[in-house]
Amino acid sequence: MSNPLKCDLCSKPATVHLTQILDNKVHKVDLCEECAQEKGVTDPSGFSLADLLLKASLNSDASGGVRCEQCGFMPSDFKKQGRFGCPACYDAFKGILDPMLEGMHKGTVHSGKVPQRALERKSLYDKLTRLEVDLTEAIKAERYEEAARCRDEINQVRQAVEQKPAR
Amino acid sequence: MTIGSLIDTPSELTDSTSSKSAIVLMTRIRLARNLAGQPFPGWAKPAQRDKILEACRAAVTSTSAMKRGLAVGVSDLGELEKRILVERHLISRELSGSKQGSGVVISKDQAFSVMINEEDHLRIQMLRAGFQLKKAWAAINEMDSALEGSLDFAFSPVLGYLTACPTNLGTGMRASAMMHLPALVISNQMEKVVRAVNQLGMVVRGLFGEGSDASGSIFQISNQTTLGESEEEILKRLSGVLQSIIEHELNARARLLEADSGKLFDKIGRAYGILQNGHVLSSNEAMNLLSLIRLGVDLGVFPDAKRSITDRLFIEAQPGHLQHAQKGEFEAGQRDLLRAERLRSEFANFSRPDFTLSANGQN
Repeated sequence: MSNPLKCDLCSKPATVHLTQILDNKVHKVDLCEECAQEKGVTDPSGFSLADLLLKASLNSDASGGVRCEQCGFMPSDFKKQGRFGCPACYDAFKGILDPMLEGMHKGTVHSGKVPQRALERKSLYDKLTRLEVDLTEAIKAERYEEAARCRDEINQVRQAVEQKPAR
Repeated sequence: MTIGSLIDTPSELTDSTSSKSAIVLMTRIRLARNLAGQPFPGWAKPAQRDKILEACRAAVTSTSAMKRGLAVGVSDLGELEKRILVERHLISRELSGSKQGSGVVISKDQAFSVMINEEDHLRIQMLRAGFQLKKAWAAINEMDSALEGSLDFAFSPVLGYLTACPTNLGTGMRASAMMHLPALVISNQMEKVVRAVNQLGMVVRGLFGEGSDASGSIFQISNQTTLGESEEEILKRLSGVLQSIIEHELNARARLLEADSGKLFDKIGRAYGILQNGHVLSSNEAMNLLSLIRLGVDLGVFPDAKRSITDRLFIEAQPGHLQHAQKGEFEAGQRDLLRAERLRSEFANFSRPDFTLSANGQN
């Protein structure tokens, strides 16, 4: 701790100490100011990158006349607000969003917590909707055996839904 | 709980028993969440905002963590009250500036706060004194799962939690540590640290977040990216960066003592003198002086038990808290007089510095 560190490249006293964690391995580099500058370690652009990317891709008029059907949001609104209108905007503006995400984050695919309970609830509701459609169709076509099966399944799903209260 | 009783209760950060960590003052994690199928707060119409506020408030107040907590609309808060909540890091400046249809729910111990209709429908936050990333994550994860029981969050299997701004996609998590780094500031190394930290995908900000300066040598270090890594991976990476900043700060302290202890002791001694005798102190100057006293505690110049006093004063010397204590609103010039008066009385009985102890300054 008391010995001044030397630059890994030229053995002058090191003033820039870079610690990088890649794949759970700690890499430490000690550099003098000149070497650090040369290697671009001191480049401060690191953290405004996200903003820059966002603005750049919006200015490149690739957006055309897309509009979010759910909330009426337009890409030009993003320029003003810097934020999207609603969750569905992420589908509507996928073409603009994808290229900007690449530089913005560590990856482009989520790998963390999943709202398990909410997703289960959603899949139950989706199933319920599907079964109700099937039931109507079965009745219309006078396939009564199938209709009875649908009705039983609907009752089962309804019970499951009641155990997972939703809004 | 009312806003008045909340303000009169010391915050998690000023709790004297929890001020053990010398360099990391506080750990904070926040999660951004939105309701499926609803416009984000910035795009929602007033009636939609009100509905979202109601739905979120009902869900949040019914969690066990919020039992006997405070739930209040931003428009029902006075300017001074909002300022105090910002100074305690319980609400953001952005929320304090918003009008209709936003609110906050704060737990009784002031560890949890959930902002409603800030940038996202929900900004769930957990504060812990000291270096407590794991504990904070465990607690906020539980809170989030509890809310999921009654709210449908906007989520995509590919992009994760969907947020108003794409920079929060994925985990929606920002974890940060508030660090006291006086030796890196004194030895002019902070700029280099900031650059190195940025290279590692972390951001450095001042005490009150974006755009605030680093008065008192206090910095917030947090993760920049939220998509592509799990919460645990992000926390592990952040933790590694924080550890290495702590090491650099300790090295810088050792070097300052070795190279020119006279100069360092002079700074600490003068800070003590000014706090004990000064009559006009801006909040910025007060923060910087308190920072030097805190460094003195870490080095053994003052007894360890005094650290909690400096940590408390870091918050109480802020304009909102100062005016609340004086029961009135004052102009900046008057506040500087009142602040100096307050600090004089706090330091009247503060132990005298003992510079012979510094050799065993350990941390």
